[in-house]
Amino acid sequence: MPEKTRIRPAIVELAITRAKEFVRESEALFWVFGFPLILALALGFAFREKPPDRVPVAVVAGPNAAQRLAALQKSPVLLPSIMSEQDARDALRRGKVSLLIEGADTVVFRFDATRPDAQSARREADDALQTAAGRRDVVVTREERVHEQGARYIDFLIPGLLGMNLMGTGMWSMGFTIANARMKKLLKRLVATPMRKTDFLLAQFLSRLIWLLIEVTVLVVFGWLVFGVRVNGSILLLAILCIIGGFSFSGIGLLTASRARTIEAVSGLMNLIMMPMWLCSGVFFSYERFPDSVKPIIRLLPLTLLNDALRAVINDAAGLTQIAPKLALLAAWGLITFMIGLKVFRWQ
Amino acid sequence: MPDVIACRNLRKYFADVKAVDGLDLSVASGECFGLLGPNGAGKTTTIEILEGLTKPDSGDVEILGLDWRSHDRELRERIGISLQETQLTEKLTVFETVRLFRSFYRDGYDPEELLRDLSLDEKRNARVGKLSGGQRQRLGVACALVGNPDVLFLDEPTTGLDPQSRLQLWDIVQRFRVKGGTVLLTTHYMEEAQRLCDRVAIVDHGHLIALGTPAELIAKLEARNVIEFTSEPPLSQSVVTAIDACAGASAHKGGWLLRVHSLAEAVPQLIAAVEQEGAKLVSLSTHEASLEDLFVSLTGRELRDA
Repeated sequence: MPEKTRIRPAIVELAITRAKEFVRESEALFWVFGFPLILALALGFAFREKPPDRVPVAVVAGPNAAQRLAALQKSPVLLPSIMSEQDARDALRRGKVSLLIEGADTVVFRFDATRPDAQSARREADDALQTAAGRRDVVVTREERVHEQGARYIDFLIPGLLGMNLMGTGMWSMGFTIANARMKKLLKRLVATPMRKTDFLLAQFLSRLIWLLIEVTVLVVFGWLVFGVRVNGSILLLAILCIIGGFSFSGIGLLTASRARTIEAVSGLMNLIMMPMWLCSGVFFSYERFPDSVKPIIRLLPLTLLNDALRAVINDAAGLTQIAPKLALLAAWGLITFMIGLKVFRWQ
Repeated sequence: MPDVIACRNLRKYFADVKAVDGLDLSVASGECFGLLGPNGAGKTTTIEILEGLTKPDSGDVEILGLDWRSHDRELRERIGISLQETQLTEKLTVFETVRLFRSFYRDGYDPEELLRDLSLDEKRNARVGKLSGGQRQRLGVACALVGNPDVLFLDEPTTGLDPQSRLQLWDIVQRFRVKGGTVLLTTHYMEEAQRLCDRVAIVDHGHLIALGTPAELIAKLEARNVIEFTSEPPLSQSVVTAIDACAGASAHKGGWLLRVHSLAEAVPQLIAAVEQEGAKLVSLSTHEASLEDLFVSLTGRELRDA
């Protein structure tokens, strides 16, 4: 008599089979692991540490041009060149130069005031020309440059990418699996068994958990090795934060997919929900730039809560008490959406 | 002995169609009961109501003496279901799938043993996505059987299968019955109903139009054989029904289906009638009366085309 197969509890079986299914889905693996790494690499190099680029400026050809060019070349931040008036205007219009310097005796600065680099180029050019003409500074000043780890763009970016990835994979894995199972009538077949419905849904999250931890580790180690982004706070707290964040987005994913009948409908809904958070929740740039009136709302979005907490732990070494309110709100998002999702869930 | 499956005055209307329209059924313990009817007759809606997956608009359902509304979980433990079009997860293997389904039940078969019983052990480690239609269907039935149910519901279990796979499936159903199980299946193959079922209910447009053992139902035709013939020009109905041995006639593909008591009497009469009308016989064939012919005689339509 051969040995009998050991039967594990349904929730364990569901989680294991779901995890196996995921490993066997090569496209999914790319979106979870490959995509965020490629994104981090591309953005990391785009914003890598280097001396600020010199701002190109045009000096319109004329009697004073050579003299002005010499003065401007002394500035460490300007890249001046002499152009004919027509060429210079074209270059300014096309954004090839930020500033155009013309005029006979009175120096005329022509530039687009909405461009920050044009503003600074104008000030810099003015300084250079005035100094060359003999202006003397009356107050002595000295520069001291800061270069702290934790304040670079990449330090800002890595936690943002981590949050974005937790949102994306959490919502997609839940939404896609559920919509797919519903379309293939697998959900209907499952409810025709004594399986507990909560087992099925919780198992989706549990199987996610394994991948979530690997996914986070890969991105954090990558950020540390390639860009020197260090986790200044507690690793354990980071793990807890990621798990709660993952749960939160699984809940939102569940609610999103709770009634949709097709993959297309779920995709549309997912994008509708995620798009505002990609833009507003401080993934690529700080949400401090948004008007004060909308900031309180932005701060309550789940991705903002997660990103803020991630940055607090990774960059500012925040402890549990400091991020506790955000953690609680994040968990509430997950719990409430999970419960509503379960309530309105369409099994067939 | 109380009925294992019973429903009274079952009704389910969808927006544009009365899928089930006042249906009474009862299936005894150990019986294999077939719901026979064309596509769209309401078979699937009926079986899904009985399976507790669809709520009827009105009517009562009792399975094993229990009501779905109060004993859902217990009933789920005791019945096995194969749906018409479930696609099991393609990336899982056969064994993983059966073990997963086994985990939903308190008691049941050992997955390995069950796979051997259903001749799926060779495919134990094959992905579900790589299985043939017949193997997939057997896996579906394996998932229905793994909880060792008292009642098995099969919705069109052999539709689209090759003859050999169909035989294998029939064999599985027979073995389940030997162990005392009760089966309710839907089919639109009258041969399947005739071979497999103790009793058959023929349904059309949500109504029960005939009920009985296959033999009883065929006896209702009052004819042993059926002649299928066409002529040029076609004969009129009055000419056809005037043939003595004819118990009934239905128009069929430009010709007639003649239900007859005796071929020996009817065929010469038919040929004589054709000649008398100055027509030419184009084709003529005969077969033993079947449930299909009963359906035709009751509805004027054919099971498969309807």
